[in-house]
Amino acid sequence: MKLLVLVKQVPDTNEVTIDPATGTLIREGVPSILNPDDANALEEALALKDQYPGTTVCVISMGPPQAMYMLRECLAMGADEAYLLSSRVFGGADTCATSTTLAAGVEKIGKYDIIFAGRQAIDGDTAQVGPQTAQRLGIPSVTYVQKIREIKEKTVVVERALEDGYEVIEIQKPCVLTAIKELNKPRYMTVRQIEEAYQKEITVWDEIALNVNPKDVGLVASPTQVFKSFTPPPKGAGEMLHGTVSEMAATLVAKLTEKHVL
Amino acid sequence: MAIRVINEKCKGCEKCVPLCPPGAIFMENKLAVIGPECNVCNQCLEPKFCPFGAFEKVAQEEVAGVDLSLYKDVWVFAEQREGKLMGVSIELLGEGKRLADDVGCKVCAILCGEHVEDLITELFEYGADIVYYANAPELKTYNTDAYTQVIYQAILKYKPEIVLLGATHIGRDLGPCIAVKSETGLTADCTQLDIDAEDKKLMQTRPAFGGNLMATIVCPKHRPQMSTVRPGVMAKPERVANRVAERIDLEVSFKKGDIRMDVVEIVKAMKEIVSLTDAEVIVSGGAGLGNAEGFELVKKLADRLGGVVGSSRAAVDAGWIDHSHQVGQTGTTVKPRLYIACGISGAIQHLAGMQSSDYIVAINKAENAPIFEVADYGICGDLYKVIPAILDSLG
Repeated sequence: MKLLVLVKQVPDTNEVTIDPATGTLIREGVPSILNPDDANALEEALALKDQYPGTTVCVISMGPPQAMYMLRECLAMGADEAYLLSSRVFGGADTCATSTTLAAGVEKIGKYDIIFAGRQAIDGDTAQVGPQTAQRLGIPSVTYVQKIREIKEKTVVVERALEDGYEVIEIQKPCVLTAIKELNKPRYMTVRQIEEAYQKEITVWDEIALNVNPKDVGLVASPTQVFKSFTPPPKGAGEMLHGTVSEMAATLVAKLTEKHVL
Repeated sequence: MAIRVINEKCKGCEKCVPLCPPGAIFMENKLAVIGPECNVCNQCLEPKFCPFGAFEKVAQEEVAGVDLSLYKDVWVFAEQREGKLMGVSIELLGEGKRLADDVGCKVCAILCGEHVEDLITELFEYGADIVYYANAPELKTYNTDAYTQVIYQAILKYKPEIVLLGATHIGRDLGPCIAVKSETGLTADCTQLDIDAEDKKLMQTRPAFGGNLMATIVCPKHRPQMSTVRPGVMAKPERVANRVAERIDLEVSFKKGDIRMDVVEIVKAMKEIVSLTDAEVIVSGGAGLGNAEGFELVKKLADRLGGVVGSSRAAVDAGWIDHSHQVGQTGTTVKPRLYIACGISGAIQHLAGMQSSDYIVAINKAENAPIFEVADYGICGDLYKVIPAILDSLG
């Protein structure tokens, strides 16, 4: 089998804080990481590779040159090949335009059986790029995949998480499956694999290599634009309670009772 | 649009480099340079960002959009499961009506299913001026291919100006597919929608960058303007009994190869169903619990108050509690009468999901925790001592 995995390097948004004085974002020291859901997507591909000898796993990312570090990490986890779609003209893309670039990269790689992607990236939380890339490629997709039950000759049987359970879906190959964290537990890199990862080459493609028109990708091809961004205004300051623990607890209960909350 | 550095104004102070949300600014020859990561979030235009005002927004060659005048009306995807309308679809009819009034158009529902005529009446009663109805066995349960095709064709034919979907697992699957087929934009997980008074465009506000910022997104040149909206964010409209409006039946036909997936079975979870959205009282635990057992204490308080247990993302990520309990941007948006946050520092993605609660109580060891900024009552202390004390006070 040939398995492709769409991955993204993201800032660890859990580590981002807001400067209370200026209301601006503090990015300094925030590490860049492989997007968590994408790590589950990669793990699933690698697990299938362990199960089906002769399987190759290729990771593809659209991003700036620094995304190479994250791709090396993917190679060190066990991916066979890595592709970085990188160019100034790809920048500033919304999900609609990102899917165009990723689909062009996938098509250049050629034949494949399954494309895995993370459900969503923690810097945008949109959950759109996976299914949109599938639409661009003209193949079906299942999002929120929590389990792969069976790989058949022409189809894959998966479980798709719903809010109150799951559904079992049989989908034709080739297809896109987006992973949630319930799917698996991503493996760690090994020292040997890290060494090997630095022997492997990362292929970098720009718009010329992908043969895409710069007008069809990046910021200019993005239907959505950010009109403005702002730090959410905090609610008016409340009241800090004082005293011993039992005094504070009693005050709280009294105040909530007074307001008819309790 | 794009961002440009005014070289004459840039002093090379490098202050902007760590402030740029996507990290797009770097220094070259002692001048700020905008890299390809720039997503034109406009933060750098704020006076507090660059004291010298060295950033400006410039127009650039833009791709021609569609003829906007051909598009009218607000559509709501009426999501049904097992013949029941999802609450968020009803909430969206109320919100859609408000937007339609501002634009001066109709609010319509698009309903897919098999023999779900009862729901048409319900949609009329909740305010739909037109119900577009697609009735076919292939549409009985949600199927990405079947629903995408039917709704995409209806959009092509009837040209809605705005399409709203609930940000459920289904809406977040369907929305992206329809948007890309229609070559238009989609803004996910909106928490606020407004119509621009001047040009009637849809202003879609959502948490961005892990919820650390709020962003207002527009889709100026493509139609329809599409948004998914979190359940529980918008208020349900009043139901008007016996209200009747227009019904339009959609033609549905599938060829071989149109539907490439088959829903074999639907399994309801055996796990406890957490109805965070309907809860009057929520007691939530976060990283400050320190371990999974801490939720037993949280549950004790929730039980005593007749509420349910919520959690922060950190507690879910740590594996202490199931994701279904998660409150926040990637969890559930809640607005109970009383929200008690125990050991939750208050990352903005969490605040985005609970700050419209009527009363917020925060219990945290760190007195500078952001959760105290949104709390009506704050207790700085060890939750393992404070919660038992509250239980004592409650008697």
